[in-house]
Amino acid sequence: MAFEPRIVGFLCNWCTYTGADLAGTARVKYSPNVRSIRVMCSGRVDPVFIITALAGGADGVLIGGCHPGDCHYQEGNYKALRRYLLLRKILPEYGIEPERVRLEWVSASEGERFGRVVDEFTEQIRALGPLKLEESVLESMKNDVMHEGGTPAHTTGV
Amino acid sequence: MKLKIGIYWGAACGGCDVAILDTHERILEIAAAADILFWPIAMDFKYDDVRAMPDGHLDAVLYSGAIRNSENEEIAVLLRRKAKAMIALGACAHIGGIPGLSNMFTRDETLKRVYIESESADNPEGVLPSERTVNDGNELELPRFYNTVKTLSQVVDVDYTIPGCPPASMQIYSAIGLIADGMLPKKGSVIGAGDRALCDECARTKSEKKITKIYRTHERLPDPETCFLEQGYLCLGPATRSGCGSRCIKSGVPCRGCYGPLDGVADQGLKMLSALASVIDGKEEQEINATLDMVAAPLTTLHRFSLASSIPRRKKV
Amino acid sequence: MASGKAVDAVYKVKIPAAAAKLRELYYMAHFMHSHAAHFYALAAPDFVVGPDAPPAERNILGLIGKVGLDLGREVIRQREITQLVQQMVGGRATHPVWNLPGGVSRALSGENLETIKGFVPGLVAFGELGLKLFEDIVLKNKAYLDIVLGDGYELVTNYMGLVDDRNRVTFYDGAVRVVDPDGVEIDRYRESEYLAHVAEHVEPYSYLKFPYLKKLGWQGFKEGKGTSLYQAAPLARLNAADGMATPKAQAAYEKMYATFGGKPVHKLMAHHWARLIELLYAAERLAELAADPEILDPNVRVIPSATPSEGIGIIEAPRGTLTHHFVTDERGIVTKANLIVGTTNNNAPISMAVKKAAQKFIGAGGEATNGLLNMVEMAFRIFDPCFSCATHSLPGQMPLTIELKNAAGETMRTISRS
Ligand code: SF4
Ligand code: SF4
Ligand code: SF4
Ligand code: FES
Repeated sequence: MAFEPRIVGFLCNWCTYTGADLAGTARVKYSPNVRSIRVMCSGRVDPVFIITALAGGADGVLIGGCHPGDCHYQEGNYKALRRYLLLRKILPEYGIEPERVRLEWVSASEGERFGRVVDEFTEQIRALGPLKLEESVLESMKNDVMHEGGTPAHTTGV
Repeated sequence: MKLKIGIYWGAACGGCDVAILDTHERILEIAAAADILFWPIAMDFKYDDVRAMPDGHLDAVLYSGAIRNSENEEIAVLLRRKAKAMIALGACAHIGGIPGLSNMFTRDETLKRVYIESESADNPEGVLPSERTVNDGNELELPRFYNTVKTLSQVVDVDYTIPGCPPASMQIYSAIGLIADGMLPKKGSVIGAGDRALCDECARTKSEKKITKIYRTHERLPDPETCFLEQGYLCLGPATRSGCGSRCIKSGVPCRGCYGPLDGVADQGLKMLSALASVIDGKEEQEINATLDMVAAPLTTLHRFSLASSIPRRKKV
Repeated sequence: MASGKAVDAVYKVKIPAAAAKLRELYYMAHFMHSHAAHFYALAAPDFVVGPDAPPAERNILGLIGKVGLDLGREVIRQREITQLVQQMVGGRATHPVWNLPGGVSRALSGENLETIKGFVPGLVAFGELGLKLFEDIVLKNKAYLDIVLGDGYELVTNYMGLVDDRNRVTFYDGAVRVVDPDGVEIDRYRESEYLAHVAEHVEPYSYLKFPYLKKLGWQGFKEGKGTSLYQAAPLARLNAADGMATPKAQAAYEKMYATFGGKPVHKLMAHHWARLIELLYAAERLAELAADPEILDPNVRVIPSATPSEGIGIIEAPRGTLTHHFVTDERGIVTKANLIVGTTNNNAPISMAVKKAAQKFIGAGGEATNGLLNMVEMAFRIFDPCFSCATHSLPGQMPLTIELKNAAGETMRTISRS
């Protein structure tokens, strides 16, 4: 079966989420690979959400926020930007391509642009292939058993 | 009735046992209140003595060290069965500690590095330690070296945690007092530590200052009164539980996070990532990156003690 | 401390004199704590309470029961002080964090120095106490003296230890000197040359490697003259040196060698004796450092300017010569590390000592009581009470299997402890 990227989108309620809505009502055609989660501000996206999504089976994470200067909470999107940039620095150390996480500013009126961002990101993830983080961690513990032929006491972790 | 206590170490450095000894004269009080029925570093009871105990025989077991091999896990499982309360003692048992950093590598990489590539190894035939060897007709067994270092709670049910690398000795003493008095809090609690961030008990002055440069401790002389983070030193205080008496800070070195995360925090390093992101100045990608590039080895610096308990637990293989 | 010296070398920086003295001061207190714990909590119970006493009594608490609470409290008190000194100098007693490339993170306060000076007489007396106890309890007791002097615990190897420029025992800095079983110097090197002098053999049945002297080559588990194996740890350091650098320790050193009738000593139980002499030396050296006016110099840091690359540090750890070797990238992030840890040096000697003790005390057809098995374990505890430093994350327990075979080589009985 062809690989269909699974992407989680954390989208700001005031801009990108509304932009995504607009894309829907305007019948913009774009890839169906993003499962969107509405957040009140991109500044609310805890890096824990992102890593949990990746560890839980997502192949990519898209964060959408208001354009610089437009955040309803003043600085939320700048905070998001700094976290995102730092997160991208630790991902390679985990063996995860930093391109799997992407931050985009999309306003409420940019329905079409939202579609383009999603299409582009989906293709990028498709090119990277599946992440399989959980599988990799479980696989790494396959032989971590007390006795020959034994079953790992606790293999679920992620 | 006297308490019955067991003390054990898995993948540990021995510092946690020293921390128990460092209760000094109070060790005599502990001995008066409790019979120590197993303590490999100080007493000669053997695994078989533990196996012979009825289940639940020990009121409490203090387990220090991470789970690095099959023996660590086997004894953890055994002691769990014999213990009414299983207590993770120290950073290694709690969040993986320094041994957890080897989750940046695989078992094979580690073995190859140590036994074959190491500068002083003389091993032209590439011999590696093996779980079973026959020598003069005798079969010799070694514990299995795991691929992934685990925390204690990743292999057995843990009732309480005393954090720290090593835990402050007074905290161990008061935790044993809680057990003796039957005053243990609800299962899952961290005992012998505070419930706020280290910054709350830190005496350095904070002024909400933003930073554009990050330094490592040896690169300059930090001001002794001002918050490390606001001077650009990576101090894990905001993401670390209080309770150590800010002992590193007082010695002129930033906190590296050994007391682990606060309640409800899923990943100590990511918590610190957020805290760091909020003190860095800049709104443009380029200038932010210029600052962030000064963080050397960010993953393991943010998760120095907690890599094995981070959400992915290890480097992807 | 070894890693501290290694990172100074990585950054090619010479640390200020006061920083080196503070590190050594800290380290003397550390040595005292470690030797005191090793002797009183982990080895002495074998002697004072007796090798065949039940495990529930053969420990520090049983020891206190035997020697009296007051003496017990004194041991605990002085060990507490050594930990306190470490805390005052280095911020923490275990895992100090004030060592940095280029020196230490903070100077010693005058107030703390005064407190430390106040501790000095008690610490030196504590050093003397150990030797007195050893004399009273072990040397004056015929049964124990036989254990010390008998051939159950004997192993003839080369000996390694750090020495100063007058070939006296030193812990923090010096040259590594190796003497042969006759006490003749056969090797000498500084940090940067260690790879030309030692190498480590690998056996499939051990996670611990087996170091040996490179120029003599790996010859297997062979003792006697010509062996490439060496011991590190207290007796080895004393054997490898020409004396102690402080007066009281020197007197005790002379007395020990006089008792054995010469140097070097191959009786393994003398490691405990040597350990107590070193405890006294550490106390005296601590006193010297505390009296040195330079120790309060506020200049304790140099900011490194060279690009970090590679460095090696060697010190004497309580359980043997400790070598740390790091290779870093240009930011000083370690890319390779190689450690030869105290007990690792003694891996082959420990294996052989345990085997000899087993043959001696249990022998063919003998009855292996728990007491005898403990006497076999004592051969191990000479070197390391806990085995944690050398195996790091590997097993910290002491499983022991002894197979008793009759003359025909058939196994009569297997006794295991795990
Ligand atoms: S927590 Fe620290 S002191 Fe305790 S065993 Fe682990 S490394 Fe050692
Ligand atoms: S960041 Fe560090 S130095 Fe600053 S207040 Fe928190 S603990 Fe103290
Ligand atoms: S300051 Fe931080 S690293 Fe140091 S002991 Fe306290 S919690 Fe641990
Ligand atoms: S409200 Fe949209 S990013 Fe803050």
